[in-house]
Amino acid sequence: MSGTIVKISGPTVVARGMEQVRMFNRVAVGRTGLLGEVIRLRGPEATIQVYEDTTGLRLDEEVTDAAEPLHVELGPGLLGAIFDGVQRPLNLLATQRGDWIGRGVLLPALSRVRRWTFTPTVRPGTAVVGGTCVGVVQETPKVEHRILIPPGISGTLGKIQAGSYTIEEPIGWLNGDRPLTLLQRWPVRRPRPVAERLPPIVPFITGQRVFDMLFPIASGGTVIVPGGFGTGKTVVEQTLAKYARADIIIYVGCGERGNEMTEVLTDFPQLKDPTTGMPLMERTILVINTSNMPVAARETSIYTGITMAEYYRDMGYAVAFMADSTSRWAEATREISARLEEMPGEEGYPTYLATKLAGFYERSGRVRCLGETDREGSVTIVSAISPPGGDFSEPVTQGSMQIAGGLWALDSDLAHRRHFPAINWKRSFSLYTQSLDPWFQAQVAPDWPQLRIELAALLQKEEELQEIVQLVGIDAVQDQERILLEISRLIREEYLRQNVYSDVDAACPLAKQYWMLKAQLRFLEYCQGMLKNGHPIEQLLASSLRSELERMKETPPDGCIQQAQVMIEKMQQELR
Amino acid sequence: MDDLITREYRSVSGIAGPLLFVERLKQASLGERVEIMAPNGEARRGQVIELSEQHAVIQVLEETTGLGVTGTRVRLTESAATMDLSPDLLGRRFSGVAVPLDGLPPIIPDVRMDIIGQPMNPVSRDKPSHFIQTGISTIDALNTLVRGQKLPIFSGAGLPAKEVAAQIVRQAKVREGDSPPSSRGLSPSHGPFTIVFAAMGITFREASFFLSEFDRGGVMEHAVLFLNLADDPTIERLLTPRYALTAAEYLAFTLGRQVLVILTDMAAYCEALRQIATAREEIPGRRGYPGYMYSDLASIYERAGRIKGRAGSITQLPIVTMPDDDMTHPIPDLTGYITEGQIVLSRELHRKGIFPPIDVLPCLSRLMNLGIGPGKTREDHRSVADQLYAFYAHGRDIRRLAAIVGEDGLSEADRLFLKFSQDFEQDFVNQGSQNREMEETLDLGWKFLGYQPKERLTRVKPELIEKYYGQDVKREPLNGKPD
Ligand SMILES: Nc1ncnc2c1ncn2[C@@H]1O[C@H](COP(=O)(O)OP(=O)(O)OP(=O)(O)O)[C@@H](O)[C@H]1O
Ligand SMILES: [Mg+2]
Repeated sequence: MSGTIVKISGPTVVARGMEQVRMFNRVAVGRTGLLGEVIRLRGPEATIQVYEDTTGLRLDEEVTDAAEPLHVELGPGLLGAIFDGVQRPLNLLATQRGDWIGRGVLLPALSRVRRWTFTPTVRPGTAVVGGTCVGVVQETPKVEHRILIPPGISGTLGKIQAGSYTIEEPIGWLNGDRPLTLLQRWPVRRPRPVAERLPPIVPFITGQRVFDMLFPIASGGTVIVPGGFGTGKTVVEQTLAKYARADIIIYVGCGERGNEMTEVLTDFPQLKDPTTGMPLMERTILVINTSNMPVAARETSIYTGITMAEYYRDMGYAVAFMADSTSRWAEATREISARLEEMPGEEGYPTYLATKLAGFYERSGRVRCLGETDREGSVTIVSAISPPGGDFSEPVTQGSMQIAGGLWALDSDLAHRRHFPAINWKRSFSLYTQSLDPWFQAQVAPDWPQLRIELAALLQKEEELQEIVQLVGIDAVQDQERILLEISRLIREEYLRQNVYSDVDAACPLAKQYWMLKAQLRFLEYCQGMLKNGHPIEQLLASSLRSELERMKETPPDGCIQQAQVMIEKMQQELR
Repeated sequence: MDDLITREYRSVSGIAGPLLFVERLKQASLGERVEIMAPNGEARRGQVIELSEQHAVIQVLEETTGLGVTGTRVRLTESAATMDLSPDLLGRRFSGVAVPLDGLPPIIPDVRMDIIGQPMNPVSRDKPSHFIQTGISTIDALNTLVRGQKLPIFSGAGLPAKEVAAQIVRQAKVREGDSPPSSRGLSPSHGPFTIVFAAMGITFREASFFLSEFDRGGVMEHAVLFLNLADDPTIERLLTPRYALTAAEYLAFTLGRQVLVILTDMAAYCEALRQIATAREEIPGRRGYPGYMYSDLASIYERAGRIKGRAGSITQLPIVTMPDDDMTHPIPDLTGYITEGQIVLSRELHRKGIFPPIDVLPCLSRLMNLGIGPGKTREDHRSVADQLYAFYAHGRDIRRLAAIVGEDGLSEADRLFLKFSQDFEQDFVNQGSQNREMEETLDLGWKFLGYQPKERLTRVKPELIEKYYGQDVKREPLNGKPD
């Protein structure tokens, strides 16, 4: 069925004669067949959001209904791939169209000719339901792609056979006549169902001290990372994509820079996954819709990404979903809403912004997967937010803050003085801390929570003292307080600061995080004790212990831990 | 009657600001260029920006004075705005919409390109990795510029942004032996950079300054100029950077040149954008600027970079005047969110007579790391930069403290930091018109690191301290080979 264009306004087009079309159906717009999606129906008129540049389009050109919703393709071959916001494979697009992105090219996300070796894990005659695993494909050397019965389908498995298949060839049959293939499709905006949501009790380990120690996030949780330009959001996202403990990484570059993505594209194939030792790219899927690519596709990119994340979660994997930046996604929504002449809410955002944000964040979670009783998976969302003027009172930050379980607030002042990660420890929070403590106590050290509390208290104390110093000068405060200020500064500079460009310190294992902090906090106790015993402050400040603590983070984990233990021992002895 | 053969229409139904509403203009395509004949026969240019059954909306690039609902004719040209390109562009001067201003004939095109440009496929981009020596220490040492980067200068009214930009144009050079291959007989004899200069809404005086600086630096014959001055039509400004970047893309990716694009002033560009939005009665975003300003600016700034398998590059140096020196104003704010860092000029340093008055704390070069280090600049570069930043930031805190409690309230160590920050501004930041080599800049950095005892250099590896601390002779040249 097809209609004709009666209005063109930027990325939205209105077509008449579309009575039969359904909401969110895919359509082809105009002579060049631009990719579009129906987003509003009013009588015979359909409003279409067009995923490509509409320059050159004319009234009366045809709009054809594809009679199915806009889909994400799911199956082997996703890992290592690079897609645009509507899941067109960018490498293939470059081969076909050259260095600039052309228009009107409809390319399938997954290769139709590549063959995969499928091994069934169940026998013919088995009763299956949505989510039952029927076999596996070794997608990359370390990732086993589990082939699941699509949600909402059940029955008795007919023939199922090992062999080499393309993603469209039947690997088996359900209920006699329904073919099963490696390829599945899922509507882009619909969450995939789960059996049960589980509480957050396992941390999402980042390798960044300020996060793991002070503001830890649960695997399956949501953390937002707001900050003005240049405060380090992208570096956080990319560092976590490199070093965080996760089976699969989905990275969505949503309305951001091209050169930034080039760095990911050149670095990731060379970097090794810290746990498996395989090239990072083999656990990563990139969705890239840079700021100058069509704005409607930017709006979809988040959904494209999160659907793929849920797909791997359903196989039982821990998936980390990195969105840089959610603000650009919200802005795309605003732009389309304005074209639809919807009633604007705060700062021109549509009134349903908060609902839409919640709908996205709620797709995170640790879950029991559909189909099998003991399969658990998770999607952790790390969402960068770009508040205008760095002011957190704006709608996207506020709307996100209400739902997120963690806030890593980035601070321009810290960034300007090159304190990275520029985390403002007063503004940041994690709602997961309590529920994760048992894990840290069992896996790292029983006094892990204690260290965190001590550190937070020290930072608080330092701030109070700073205020006094601002009034009366450093000469006017006691030595006990001076030493506290010095060591607190040492901890800020040497513990909380972590340079991604350092070979050794870019990622810090939990045990090293623990021992480093313990040694530094014990040094404070030691100095305070020594002062009481009459040692002059100058001598303590010039001690080799201090210099050792200052350089500790550049020592590889094993050496560092040993060094910390020796130091703590030595300090205790001296004090006695 | 509308003339359907020449596709000429007289059905203008309204004019609002720079917009013309034309009924029954059903043949037009979105983005199509149109010619508008005023009742007195004068021709103007416009562009179709929206189409519906009721009317087409045309953005008029020149004044709408003298246009009327009756007597105005609109003719479709059947093409979007394009630009004629050939190697003869070099040395030419054009208006803001690429009409020759130098009395020479129009370009006979080798190719004709759409000025809107398509987005570069991210997988086709090549990672920027060659540093550009600007001769300015605060940039070279602390915020290194890299080929293919977009690095704006954030300035305030009356601050010397144009002097800084001109100095960069005069001094910019790449220190590696890979100058672009000469193509089609054009030898890039004059330094490695080709300049594309786009003026938007600047005064005649400012424009003349740049032109005479280009002359002085001998870059004129390797420059292409696009001038939309303060008294030229405002709406034209929306196209000026797009013509300029189309020329830049041709020079870089077809002819293989290293192109440096100066866009000044982006604030004037944004004003024009706001004007259109107001005329369209759009819901205004922050401070009246349209909600899509981010995407619009991105369609300009993202046209920088390198492409795999092609020799050239586009580096952008936009100048952004911050209204009221306010970095959170939407113009610098959205710019900062798109560009790869920023160079920020400070009124305070300017008042102290420091040139260039670059306040290094809010400055940033995000691509710095790709262009520095062993084999590119020097092994100690990263550490010197980090340590200078740490000391200077601390020194500034102490200065603030000293202003309250007086110098006497400071500890010995803090007084040293205070002195450091003052001397650093006077001798490192303040360099006047000196052109410093990278080695000189880094050595000077070490001189300032020498203000503190070795043990305080916690951001420098011990080996590097051993090698560089407290020495004041020139050590290894860049890349380990003599220049
Ligand atoms: N952990 C870190 N270690 C060292 N440098 C860092 C770190 N985090 C950030 N930086 C520095 O800060 C710069 C800006 O960071 P980044 O690009 O992540 O900012 P952003 O918040 O994403 O900005 P925008 O919103 O404009 O995209 C980086 O280029 C890098 O120089
Ligand atoms: Mg970023």
